[in-house]
Amino acid sequence: MSAEEVSAKDMSAENMRAEDVGTGAVGTAGASAERTGLPPAKAADPADYRPSPRRLAREAFRRRRARRSALIATASTLLTAVALVALVVGSPGWPAVRRSFFSAEYARQALPEVLKGLRINLELMAVCGVLILVLGLLLAVLRTLRGPVFLPVRLLATVYVDFFLGLPMIICLLVMITGVPALRLTGVTTDPLWLGGAALVLTYAAYVSEVFRAGIESVHPSQLAAARSLGLSHTQAMRFVVLPQAVRRVVPPLLNNLVSLQKDTGLVSIGGVIDAVYAAKIINGRSFNSTPYLVAALVFVALTVPLTRFTGWLTARADRRRYEGGLS
Amino acid sequence: MTATGRTAGAEPVLRLEAVRKTFGDGRVVLADVHLSVPEHSVTALIGASGSGKSTLLRCVNLLERIDDGAVFLDGAEITDPRVDEDAVRRRIGVVFQSYNLFPHLTVLENVTLAPRRVHGVPRAEAEARALELLERLGLADRAGAYPDRLSGGQQQRVAIVRALATGPRLLLLDEITAALDPELVGEVLSVVRDLKERGMTMLLATHEMGFAREVADQVCFLDGGAVLEQGPPERVFGAPTEERTRRFLSRVIASGRLAG
Repeated sequence: MSAEEVSAKDMSAENMRAEDVGTGAVGTAGASAERTGLPPAKAADPADYRPSPRRLAREAFRRRRARRSALIATASTLLTAVALVALVVGSPGWPAVRRSFFSAEYARQALPEVLKGLRINLELMAVCGVLILVLGLLLAVLRTLRGPVFLPVRLLATVYVDFFLGLPMIICLLVMITGVPALRLTGVTTDPLWLGGAALVLTYAAYVSEVFRAGIESVHPSQLAAARSLGLSHTQAMRFVVLPQAVRRVVPPLLNNLVSLQKDTGLVSIGGVIDAVYAAKIINGRSFNSTPYLVAALVFVALTVPLTRFTGWLTARADRRRYEGGLS
Repeated sequence: MTATGRTAGAEPVLRLEAVRKTFGDGRVVLADVHLSVPEHSVTALIGASGSGKSTLLRCVNLLERIDDGAVFLDGAEITDPRVDEDAVRRRIGVVFQSYNLFPHLTVLENVTLAPRRVHGVPRAEAEARALELLERLGLADRAGAYPDRLSGGQQQRVAIVRALATGPRLLLLDEITAALDPELVGEVLSVVRDLKERGMTMLLATHEMGFAREVADQVCFLDGGAVLEQGPPERVFGAPTEERTRRFLSRVIASGRLAG
């Protein structure tokens, strides 16, 4: 056993003892205190305690160091910002760029149009997001099925994922938006919004199914063994034991995919759907000013930042729980 | 089968006949193992790490497929490929060294999962029965807790309740105290004692020699994949006939594990 493992074990034993005391469970606390030779926990009176000069000096030093760090960080940030701005503003083409990308007038004009178009992006994201989750999970589960009957299903799911993982998004979109109407099938929509959405779902489902599959594989085999030993069939073990754990674990990576999907909804504009990007394009076409693109870009960024932060927070929380719980 | 007590010649609950198991790399884990576990009796498998104790248990529960020989449960062969493995596993309870509780389910849900989903017991009935068992093992107040909030000893006792909840014919215990802190071993072993009192048929792999000696009706010393010595604990521990058994036991005594 390595030193790390030993200390981890000691720590978990420590936690357990603390909990036993807290919940008043059967007294292992006394026995363990005896074992480790530690005095009982509540012996010292906190009122008697006065911080030693050593502690005060240490804390003073830490405060000084923290102040210095903050100062350096601020200075460094300001310096970098000034340098960047100087670089851009000082460039020979800056006056022209400023006119075509940073026009307050066009920004005012574009913002309402872009926001109106953004509704399409958000709706697309919501509807496609749900379909992608369903299709992605289905693909991942199909690939875990056992038995000869399911061989074609497994094969199809694998081929599907391989194909759409490799297929560039933009080509998938073009094929769907221009190819499907060209087939002149009756009863099949030619609306680029629907076809573009379908292309998003087809491509993203492949990504998401890989995320789910990684989650399924991350559940320790002993969990499956425990479930099977209770008499659960393979399907039941997947449904009640493996999948619930797998899905929980892949929530953060799935949110990353959602962020990415949010941006990629802008790609349906190549089919002429008036979303945020296309709305910017229309104004740009009229005025030959590119500010509307910048407006659309900032709107997308403003949408993704909270989602990214939320994902980060969720991941950090999951990591913390894993360490605290000492499980899995 | 009714509990008519142990009569001579009665069919044992579990019987292994010439069981052989090799791993993919050609290593022989079990070579020609014969073993009988009579009803209401406790058999302890002892032996060094890697002697095949855990593999034997996994083979009995069909988590591993044997190469040759046969395993019989209540006289019927379960290693026949035509047998429904899930149906066999439903009659055998297993407790693992690392508990293997389901971390996303509460204690009560862990215990009622198999009765409800496999045996079709209505929820209320399954929960009542589970609570009764948890109560018996002093865990009733933890029914709503998640496994990671429990001490190792509590987790292992929940795992035992989970294995018992389906009313198995046979209980397999795979080094169930090996992952526990020393001060928590006792509470788990006392549960096994209690189960023995109640007549549960058990096959257990263990490093706790003192416990094996106390609780087992029969001790099996596995060495190099074969049963080298088999008999009542007094004989295997007190007067082992095989040199290798003697050497194993003296090593164990040297490490202080036979005390008790």
